[in-house]
Amino acid sequence: MKEYLVFLAQQHPNFRLAEIHALAQLIDLEVDLSQHDPTTPFLIVKIADEEKAKKWLSRAILTKAIYELWGHGDTEELLHQDVKARKEMNEWSKYEQSSFKFDFQGYQGSRPNKSKVKIMERFAYLPFEGPIRMKDPDEVFTVVEHYVPVTEHDSAEAPSHLYFGRLVSLTGRSTGMLEKYDLKKRNYIGTTTFEAELSLVSCNLAHVSPGDFMYDPFVGTGSFLVAGAAYGALTVGSDIDGRLIRGKGNNTKMQNDSEGKSQKKKKQGGEVKDIQSNFKQYGNKELFLDVLTMDFTHNAFRDTLKFDCIVCDPPYGIREGLKVLGARNPERFEGKETVEIDGMKAFLKRDYIPTKKPYALDDMLYDLLQFSSERLPVGRRLAFWMPTANDEDVETLIPQHKNLELVYHLEQVFNNWSRRLLVYVNKGDGFNGEDNRTATCLPEFRKRYFTKGFEKVEDQ
Amino acid sequence: MKFLTTNFVKCSIKTCDATTESFPLKYTNCELIQSSQDFNPDFILSMLDRLDWSALVKVAQDLGNSALPPVKPEGEMLNDVNLLQDLHTLLLETCITEGEMTCQHCGHIYYIKNSIPNFLLPPHLA
Repeated sequence: MKEYLVFLAQQHPNFRLAEIHALAQLIDLEVDLSQHDPTTPFLIVKIADEEKAKKWLSRAILTKAIYELWGHGDTEELLHQDVKARKEMNEWSKYEQSSFKFDFQGYQGSRPNKSKVKIMERFAYLPFEGPIRMKDPDEVFTVVEHYVPVTEHDSAEAPSHLYFGRLVSLTGRSTGMLEKYDLKKRNYIGTTTFEAELSLVSCNLAHVSPGDFMYDPFVGTGSFLVAGAAYGALTVGSDIDGRLIRGKGNNTKMQNDSEGKSQKKKKQGGEVKDIQSNFKQYGNKELFLDVLTMDFTHNAFRDTLKFDCIVCDPPYGIREGLKVLGARNPERFEGKETVEIDGMKAFLKRDYIPTKKPYALDDMLYDLLQFSSERLPVGRRLAFWMPTANDEDVETLIPQHKNLELVYHLEQVFNNWSRRLLVYVNKGDGFNGEDNRTATCLPEFRKRYFTKGFEKVEDQ
Repeated sequence: MKFLTTNFVKCSIKTCDATTESFPLKYTNCELIQSSQDFNPDFILSMLDRLDWSALVKVAQDLGNSALPPVKPEGEMLNDVNLLQDLHTLLLETCITEGEMTCQHCGHIYYIKNSIPNFLLPPHLA
């Protein structure tokens, strides 16, 4: 088994470990990740299957690259000793005729170009006879250096550890996915649009893959649809709030003619900004199916329709309250169903706007788990975000369903609240896992986890 | 709303769940546009598994297309590129921009506006 160096991004350490773990599972790669250390971006692993090593992290967001490890050491001298000791293992002779180049990667430091040349010259013992090619070489040999800053403000002169490796694969992160999906450059966004980095990570943890059919039941401005399509899924979304779905520039002015039937006027100039326009921007509009104005709890998808993955960020009331169909004060709506306008029931008219009422988060989460247990094929995943207040004396309670196995429970901490990404696998009827529906119904749960947290947030 | 989506949606009123009449919805007064998409035969093939074929035939008829084979294509038929191309045109390139969808069980009318179907319900039906 060869050793590989995984060069991680020093971002969201708990999420990055979950991401490389999930991506290993996705391709049935057996790899021991127990050496992962959140304080360093370097992880050495052993992998038997070279093809899988190449495939493993190509879509990762919180990792920069993976290298076949040709040697490492605290000093240049030790590095060269180790490289020479691994000569047979790394099959130097295979690369004698390959075109190649050298690359340098530094963590918390770098060296001037002049000294890079010197470093490269000291690798002259390697039997590379092929041409040096800066563009598209067969192989990239990389010196990865770990600098440890002397103080907070002073970077180190010399690296404290050096690695030398043959590049196996770059990742989504190092091939420009974050720049591509940056919200600042996205055509249509709103106040609730989820950031690119963690929406892509969510889709990696949910195993969203080419050919999948992915659903976001709280689609908003479509952040997760865009991320799911980035990994090749056909995506569909729904939201009770039609305004977000409709976007801007689409509001063809409606004019009623004498028969009460609406007619469309030509678009009133201006660029269309909606979810579909984002897919056009990213060049994959074939992966956008539709967005529906719909209350998730009054679902219009036929019962026999399955989804391969469900990824979402339900609206919790930080910006948008959680609403479902129905009247907050039912007595006010009594008898309204008989009201007629122009000989037609008012509620059947094209411009009728139904009333909505608040809904408890725990009820919605349970609905989401139940729906997922019914609609996901066994083995497929649900991933969603949930906020909690940071309160040390309160035990965290995570919703559980008897058919769903919780595989990741990751926390992103902000000043005085945090949000969690929860990922479940549908295990089917025989699983008989924990089911804490009763516990999450307790009023204290609602109060502690949701009301309190939001008051704090909204006070800011 | 793409034609394909008509194969996925039913009446959203819970009391209609138990009946077979709430799917597919009946499509009337529809305005259609064709919007070109890249043809991907594999995509169409994988989508065939998800389709309820009789519903597809019904809705196509509502919208004036009676050219679909009466049973879901399988076996040799799946090698027919023309058939897959036709399905591609129907499922993915045909979009309903305006129209009405009526539940054949309860008679509730849903609207498609600006290409977006709306399944929201009044309080007495929610």
